[in-house]
Amino acid sequence: MAMTIDTALPVGRALRLRLDRDELIKRGLMVVIALYLVVALAAPLAIMLSKSFSTYSFDLARFEFQVSDKDGNWSKPTTAEALNKALNAVPPAKLGTNSDGRLQATSFFPDFSFRSPVKYKIRGTTTDAAYLVGLKLQSGTKWQELTSNDFRRVMLRPSRALGLENYVAYFSTPTLFRSIENSVFIAFISTIVTVGLAFGFAYALNRSCMRFKDAFKLVAMVPILVPSLLPGIALIYLFGNQGLLKDLLMGVPIYGPLGIVVGSVFFAFPHAMLIISTALAISDQRHYEAAASLRASSWRTFWTVTIPGARYGLISAAFVVFTLVITDFGLPKVIGGQYNVLAVDIYKQVIGQQNFEMGAVVSVILLVPAIAAFIVDRMVTKKQVALLSARSVPYQPNPNRGFDTLCFAWCSLVAIFILGIMVTSQFAALVKLWPYDLSLSLKHFAFDRMDGGGWGSYYNSIRLAALTAVIGTVIIFVGAYMVEKTDGFRSGRTAFQFLAMLPMAVPGMVLGLAYIFFFNDPANPLHAIYGTMTILVVCTITHFYTVGHLTALTALKQIDQEFEPVAASLKQPFYKLFARVTVPVCLPAILDISIYMFVNAMTTVSAVVFLYSKDTTLASVAVLNMDDAGDVAPAAAMAMMIFYTNAAARLIHMFLSKALIKRTQAWRMR
Amino acid sequence: MRHETLAGQPRIPTEVSAMTAASLNVKPAYLKIANVWKAFGDFHALKDISLDIREGEFVCFLGPSGCGKTTLLRAVAGLDLQTRGSIHQGGKDVSALPPSQRDYGIVFQSYALFPNLTIAKNIAFGLENTKRPRAEIDSRVTELLKLVGLADQGNKYPAQLSGGQQQRIALARAIAISPGLLLLDEPLSALDAKVRTHLRHEIKELQRKLGVTTIMVTHDQEEALSMADRIVVMNHGVIEQIGTPTEIYRHPATLFVADFIGEANKFEAKAANGAAVGFGAASFSCTQHGFDDGAPVIAAIRPEDVIPHAINSLANGAATNTIDVTISEMEFLGSFWRTRLHGHALGNETLIADFSINAARRLSLTEGVQLTVELPAERLLIYPRGA
Repeated sequence: MAMTIDTALPVGRALRLRLDRDELIKRGLMVVIALYLVVALAAPLAIMLSKSFSTYSFDLARFEFQVSDKDGNWSKPTTAEALNKALNAVPPAKLGTNSDGRLQATSFFPDFSFRSPVKYKIRGTTTDAAYLVGLKLQSGTKWQELTSNDFRRVMLRPSRALGLENYVAYFSTPTLFRSIENSVFIAFISTIVTVGLAFGFAYALNRSCMRFKDAFKLVAMVPILVPSLLPGIALIYLFGNQGLLKDLLMGVPIYGPLGIVVGSVFFAFPHAMLIISTALAISDQRHYEAAASLRASSWRTFWTVTIPGARYGLISAAFVVFTLVITDFGLPKVIGGQYNVLAVDIYKQVIGQQNFEMGAVVSVILLVPAIAAFIVDRMVTKKQVALLSARSVPYQPNPNRGFDTLCFAWCSLVAIFILGIMVTSQFAALVKLWPYDLSLSLKHFAFDRMDGGGWGSYYNSIRLAALTAVIGTVIIFVGAYMVEKTDGFRSGRTAFQFLAMLPMAVPGMVLGLAYIFFFNDPANPLHAIYGTMTILVVCTITHFYTVGHLTALTALKQIDQEFEPVAASLKQPFYKLFARVTVPVCLPAILDISIYMFVNAMTTVSAVVFLYSKDTTLASVAVLNMDDAGDVAPAAAMAMMIFYTNAAARLIHMFLSKALIKRTQAWRMR
Repeated sequence: MRHETLAGQPRIPTEVSAMTAASLNVKPAYLKIANVWKAFGDFHALKDISLDIREGEFVCFLGPSGCGKTTLLRAVAGLDLQTRGSIHQGGKDVSALPPSQRDYGIVFQSYALFPNLTIAKNIAFGLENTKRPRAEIDSRVTELLKLVGLADQGNKYPAQLSGGQQQRIALARAIAISPGLLLLDEPLSALDAKVRTHLRHEIKELQRKLGVTTIMVTHDQEEALSMADRIVVMNHGVIEQIGTPTEIYRHPATLFVADFIGEANKFEAKAANGAAVGFGAASFSCTQHGFDDGAPVIAAIRPEDVIPHAINSLANGAATNTIDVTISEMEFLGSFWRTRLHGHALGNETLIADFSINAARRLSLTEGVQLTVELPAERLLIYPRGA
């Protein structure tokens, strides 16, 4: 009898696979790409987080002085603290500072004169007490003797401490923390409006027999191709102080929450529409037939079949829109007026006040809603995938005159809104002097006469977009391949997957600021790329990494898991399989990733606004700067240039895909 | 060994063992699997598996899903390394070698054909990078295409072929590099029944022609019985029995094997004087079983081993191993009748028996009819109970 006497596993070490060249190359590649993500994402974020908890103050007990009389007799050593107590030269409130703070040593010597023959000695009481003599950084507990002329140039440097003081300061400044409320309010209202509009639009596209569906789809996608600054500029032209339609608002200013919400709806609409449309497209005809056979009213069917079927799509769309709006910087910068939101606060703290620590605090605060929304979205998306895999019969709408007309009207309204913004912007770019001289000219396209970098910034943007598209696609696709198609090294792959998902939760402003902290540190060996095109490419690839990664993963998952074992059994290296099978089969997805990277690199403002230098100004940033400088028409013109470029890129991508697919994907035809 | 045949278990009939010895034992073990374990955390998917496969042999790993058969195959292939134990192939220790350094061809259930390459290029995939001249590769591909009967299909893409044709291409690609070992992972499961039966025969023919040592994983007992030289029946990570198809079917070593391969009636019984069992109100003679008197056992018999006789045509009782029963249900299954039998001697138990169409006609069997059935002593299988 086969008694299963369960003998235990013999003691000893588990067998380990001997690595072959393939496996070594794969792991090497994965390490390289993981390192990329660590350097371009994890490390900067970690530094930023630590900055937000760093406070700087002058610790006077750390410095000791001695003064000589004319004859060279030295006084007793006295700490700066003791001197300050006696003199009250620097009030305690002034001792707090930032990382750049300097305190003149002569403040503690009221009768100091740089001409006197008196000599001074200074030393630290601890080894890390630092002070500048001129430009030279000194530290240590050794006495240093200085003439009064040199002592004049002694600056005490603050010491760094970890603590919550920055956060305390943030939350005790109403003008700062009110931004949280503003940001959440704006994002919330925009989400409701956008998801509502997008649901109606997607519903009409999927469930009605109205005409011109393709045209509507096309129009709905237009906002993806423009920077979020564009609706802001267009709205100012329409409803601003000199707006044509200003009276329609009956005194409510467009500058502020109203403008931000309307503009946000514009740029977030396509994202919501795509997600909801996908959710509606997978619904099952049989559910509707079942509902009809049970004689459910169409109202009831809508609430019991349609909405539950699309609920994951709706939730996902809501969180995506919320994140997009709350993290957007360009639009509130242009049209926000005095209405402060978090993303703009980061900009103001860093660029306006050079208060990097406070910028880091706002960044961390902005990370909270973004990460929360991201986590919920990931959870929901997982469930949606489960729904997709069910075998279902696609829904076929039947013509219904009244309903189709209603759908057409809804879509037309949305299309008019989108096209209205685009036409206004186009008009603004071409009109000589709004609203006084409405004759057309191309003078606003003479960017070289304005601030912002001129045509050079446009070419820089094209370079950035092209580099991002090519390099980014390679990195993303190879990285996704390593995650999906290697086995073993599980913990490494999990960590990699986490890093690849992280960029989606990190707002551009936060990433940009983190890059300043990380790359602008002279001690960092990568400091050399600061202020170059390289850092812009690295930043942009990282910023948009996740969507590309997910696209690549989806395509790779559809490929048979057994290809790699088969190739190995045939003694063929993995890179041959990769080049001859994996890449050709995934070509459509690869093209999608590259156009996504290109378009976003053209339109993005948020991350790169901290990182461009005078040699690497960008078109999207030029829009912002020209608008800031009051050159609104040229700003509109540049925004339209971005639109033309992206539209052209899209067209080229379309033709290229079609041609390539025709040539290389013959196997798809039966 | 933890699975010795019990004392008293029917020995392999002499003619079978003679044949086995003549045809197989002479060749040395080509693949030697020794004390292989596979642990996933606390779960042991393979427990101390040892197995020798001879050169040129066609072996099937058979068992229900989750029994460890695929895990064992993947260990042999180097795709999922065993936790403990060694595997030798052709005298070489391959235990820790990566797949690329082992010598096998593999065919998966999904075929894993490269969709963007033509059939010919799929087959040629493993022949490239081998310093073979182009012309030699081409002629080898042509030869292989002919071998699998798809000579004129080389320029088509996989999606343009039927499932059965795709399967043959996958096979051609695997044997193109003339591997020492051919691994088939449920190769026929994705095909429909007719194609499957046909391909079974073809694969077996091809294997015989090439003489390549082959391991096939399957959960389909018919497939295993019809194709394998030897079957390895697995359950819960252990080998239940290794034997030729007839051995496995006729002399299942364990109750699990009896139950999993073919069907079996099972009765709780008591052993009696060395070569008899009693269950219900009856007593039956059987082959030597070696259990103590009164020991609890399971007596099993396959439905087709039950022999029908007209009622009262034989002397009843233990001497003839017969009992009187009534047919309570008859089910027509095409080539035979499946009947459910009840009788005083069975107590509350039901005996399922398969009768040929002829027998049913000859004895005029319909529901409610009484008959005498014989449970031949040498067909009664006795297993311990309460383990």
